[in-house]
Amino acid sequence: MTLLAVQLLNGFQLGMLLFLVAAGLTLVFGVMNFVNLAHGVQYMLGAYLGVTCASLAGGFWLGLLLAAMAAGAFGLALEWLIFRHLYARSDLDQVLATFGIIVTLNEAVRLLWGSAPLELPMPDLLSGSFMLMDGLRYPVYRIAITAVGLLVGLALAFLVNRTRAGMLIRAGASNPDMVNALGVDIRRLFRLVFGIGAMLAGFAGVLAAPLVSVEPGMGENVLILAFVVIVIGGIGSIRGAFIAAILVGLVDTVGRTMITDLSHAVLSGQAASRLGPALASMLIYLVMAAVLAWRPAGLFPART
Amino acid sequence: MKLPLAIFALLALVPILSALGVPLGGFVPLLLGRVMIFAIAAMSLDLILGIGGLASFGHAAPLAIGAYAVAILDAANIHDAVIVVPVAMAAAGFFATATGAVALRTRGVNFIMITLAFAQMIYFAAASLADYGGDDGYTLYSRTTVLGAKLLDGKAFYPTVLVVLFLVWLKLRIIAASRFGRTLSAIRQNRPRAQALGFNAFAVELAAMAIASALCALAGVLLANEAEFVSPAFASWARSGDLMVMVILGGVGSLHGAILGAFAVVMAEEALGRLTQHWPLLFGPSLVLAVLFLRRGIAGIGGRRD
Repeated sequence: MTLLAVQLLNGFQLGMLLFLVAAGLTLVFGVMNFVNLAHGVQYMLGAYLGVTCASLAGGFWLGLLLAAMAAGAFGLALEWLIFRHLYARSDLDQVLATFGIIVTLNEAVRLLWGSAPLELPMPDLLSGSFMLMDGLRYPVYRIAITAVGLLVGLALAFLVNRTRAGMLIRAGASNPDMVNALGVDIRRLFRLVFGIGAMLAGFAGVLAAPLVSVEPGMGENVLILAFVVIVIGGIGSIRGAFIAAILVGLVDTVGRTMITDLSHAVLSGQAASRLGPALASMLIYLVMAAVLAWRPAGLFPART
Repeated sequence: MKLPLAIFALLALVPILSALGVPLGGFVPLLLGRVMIFAIAAMSLDLILGIGGLASFGHAAPLAIGAYAVAILDAANIHDAVIVVPVAMAAAGFFATATGAVALRTRGVNFIMITLAFAQMIYFAAASLADYGGDDGYTLYSRTTVLGAKLLDGKAFYPTVLVVLFLVWLKLRIIAASRFGRTLSAIRQNRPRAQALGFNAFAVELAAMAIASALCALAGVLLANEAEFVSPAFASWARSGDLMVMVILGGVGSLHGAILGAFAVVMAEEALGRLTQHWPLLFGPSLVLAVLFLRRGIAGIGGRRD
């Protein structure tokens, strides 16, 4: 029972981290119809910049702020330099060009920071743990990530649903040409959305840095999960991304332990310990396939 | 027709030259052999991506299925292509039919992502095959023979691969020109109209996926033999990305463009890799530039704009 509680909390925490990455991705995708495989690179850059900024600025918090801003600025620079020339192109061209950017930036990071994994120490304020139940302590830091994710989710929901900019974003997601025809500078809207998305992904990267090892290529695993999230949630929908992120986070962590237990119960020892991990890794993809088979446009598509 | 034949003529020149005693070293045939194997995989992807407009981001999956068919049969001490090739192609065709039936319900980006998801499943499934090395991969006991003849070994390897490449190219050209191929192309151009004409778009696309997958498994069989090794990395998403790059870089829908794309990618890896260990720093930007400025791929250079 206690194990399940820990798994649930871990699942939520992973879900929140995924949400931070997926939120920007789904907006960029939904509003601009732009397939940005390089979004995971922002997450990786966030983590690396976090490590560097924290050591330069002498603290996690200033590092977090600087790194998130730098990642956002870098995203905007990429948008200006390359991506804006790709909006009118096919999905395939966008996939290829952003794939090229992943290849480039992974190597650039390796060149600048080396291939060895780096570490970012947790901030002292959050490095403790608290008593969850008798004999079970849970790290404060993971709870903090979950809380931050929830806050960002609420802030984004407010931005998208209650403000003028959000209204334009929603309108842009459902019919960009019409928004443009009505006199809104859609390019500026794109840049705003892109900047926010890039910054959130970088922010998520810094937050994750104390929990994972910071290394080249760390963005891709998260990117694939984030794509699973937005495809399940329905492209362009913040609400969909939020719910799907929690779903994927929970399925991945809780499912992992449950499948292993379950396969041990059903099968003999050796077969179970082989089949379990494979099934567990496949689980989220199975969920995704099931959701798409049931609702091909995802759970909450922005465009109907 | 001139360019594809010129490509095959150039490829055929290599074994002829080395038979005449021109010192090419072991490196050139090895490298071009690799190019041709990836060209087979990329060409099969071009059938669904270029002609069918189905952007599969999971084409490394049938490649890995073909390779693992070799490994699994190798462990069972079965080495002959008479069994290995049909098993590999049938398994990959079955995989594509089963996953395609789900994937084809989606369009656009969702299709890209769901094919990626299915390929990831193959990746993790391969990593869990403890009997065949799991994560570490599996080293073959012996190469595949063709009716007992060692056609995939030593000096015979290159010509065999060249023949397979040529046959696959011919087959795909015939398919593209057939009623089936033109229907597939019509569905890409205007799905509702094709359906209104009475074509079963779903069935045609599913069949195309199965054919492309089965042909790609052939490349997987060759790749396993070339490396004498099979690992889950054969199904990695970066490999799927590479295959897509080859097709798009070479020129979508042209078939022989995939050979040029495979050449460009393998050469970029090997040649730039010899130049500097940081070769991706050159390769990545050239991809971006190719997308921005080479709109019809390498095969389209010098051609008229339409």
